[in-house]
Amino acid sequence: MKNLYLTTAALAVAGSMAFADAHSVVRLGTEGAYPPYNFLNDDGEVDGFEREVGDELCARAELTCEWVTNEWDSIIPNLVSGNYDVIIAGMSITDERDEVIDFSEAYTQPDPSAYLALSADVDLAGGVVAAQTGTIQAAFVASTGATLLEFATPDETVAAVKAGEADAVLADKSFLQPIADSDGEVMLLDQEELIGGGVGLGVRESDGELRDALSAAIASMKADGSLNVLIEKWGVGATF
Amino acid sequence: MFSFCTDPASLEGVKWLSCYLTTVKHMSMYYAVGTVLLLLSITAPTALAFGFAGASAARSQIAPLRWIGKTYIALVRGIPDIAFFLFFVIALDQAFEYIRHRIKCPDWEEPVRQGNDFIVCTAAKLPLGNAPQWVHETYGFMLAVLTFAIVFGAFAANVLFGAMRAVPKGQLETAEAYGMSRRQTFWRVLVPQMWVFALPGLSNLWMVLIKATPLLFLLGVEDIVYWARELGGAKQPQFTEYPHPDWRMWYFAALLVFYLCFTKVSEFALDRIMAKLTHGQATAAGEAQRKAAA
Repeated sequence: MKNLYLTTAALAVAGSMAFADAHSVVRLGTEGAYPPYNFLNDDGEVDGFEREVGDELCARAELTCEWVTNEWDSIIPNLVSGNYDVIIAGMSITDERDEVIDFSEAYTQPDPSAYLALSADVDLAGGVVAAQTGTIQAAFVASTGATLLEFATPDETVAAVKAGEADAVLADKSFLQPIADSDGEVMLLDQEELIGGGVGLGVRESDGELRDALSAAIASMKADGSLNVLIEKWGVGATF
Repeated sequence: MFSFCTDPASLEGVKWLSCYLTTVKHMSMYYAVGTVLLLLSITAPTALAFGFAGASAARSQIAPLRWIGKTYIALVRGIPDIAFFLFFVIALDQAFEYIRHRIKCPDWEEPVRQGNDFIVCTAAKLPLGNAPQWVHETYGFMLAVLTFAIVFGAFAANVLFGAMRAVPKGQLETAEAYGMSRRQTFWRVLVPQMWVFALPGLSNLWMVLIKATPLLFLLGVEDIVYWARELGGAKQPQFTEYPHPDWRMWYFAALLVFYLCFTKVSEFALDRIMAKLTHGQATAAGEAQRKAAA
């Protein structure tokens, strides 16, 4: 019996050592084009809400982390093939994505999606609505009567509205708010859509230990209120 | 960069612009120009080597070698570039890792494919998970070079295959009559003469290759078009010291000038090479050159 305990203990130690070995550096993959969640600052470094959250999570989980940028389109395929270990890119937790990858605990509240348009009297039901490819907003627009116009980057969706190519753009409100604030030409519509279930970290399905470590770190940030401070600082929806 | 850049909000006009254009982020774009030029300078000879090997294989006397050459040319030429760049690179990367996995971790029992995940042992990762970022970037760059070389190599192979056939038969028969072996005829008579027929096709490929570099971003290498899009996009004052509206038009205009200049220089260089290759050849242009000199 004693032997069994020893073996179990040894296995547990070996297991966590294998974990530490495989994750001596955890690579965080982000898009770098979705302020305030993630963007490249003037120094060309990843910055924003997720930069601060990610660095703090890594510190709490005692992980050495490295930031890499990847195009949104191929962000999931590159995770599952092992080019980086975590997706931290304002990715809402959805059932569809959950079939392919695993999600940590959510680190934002569900952020309502808003419409940005040139005028308030846009026909959302029958008009042309822009959204970024592969987002919950694109899936939502496709399910309504509106014509969906997809773009590879968030920036292009806004540019399409300003160019008159689309009547409105549907995206996370926290992304559109700063644009509406600083640009007199466009405005947020009153209508909002409650889609998505909060933003989580994406990890490979086989990477359970990493997911648990990160989820625990998120829980501890929620518990001591430091996550709320960052949410308020960057304006990414309601606090916990 | 400059000492007066500490408070960009207070600057105006040229001073503001000079600060704006020298942010670290802009430096990344200038650096990307170097990346693109480096990629081209490595890819072009590699693709040519692939093409030469492909063409030689396709006209080989040995049947299996011929099949390989012909299949390579037909297959790669037939697959859309974008599908190739999205699918092939990940497959190539996984193939490398799988081979290393079999060698380095023979007693690994779990399957490599677990649902959607592709998992190899830590020692087999390429590059190693804890390698610094520049190693990852260099590896990505090398994968890009290899992929470009394979794709453009197939087109080059077809061009060279045609060029080899265009060399006048009389030349080869004469070589044979002089007692040269097949190998000698190939290297001494066929190869030196085929370039003049191949060059127009190859120069086309070179031009297409120059413009294909934005595909790099699909491979995770940040090229100039990526930076032009990223830097040109509208920036809100919350997120940068240099807020500006959508300036992508200006960035893309700069790219346009860059690419036009680049192709112009290429054309000039290719014309010089063509003149040199034509010298003494049994073609109409070679004949004209001879008459002009005489």
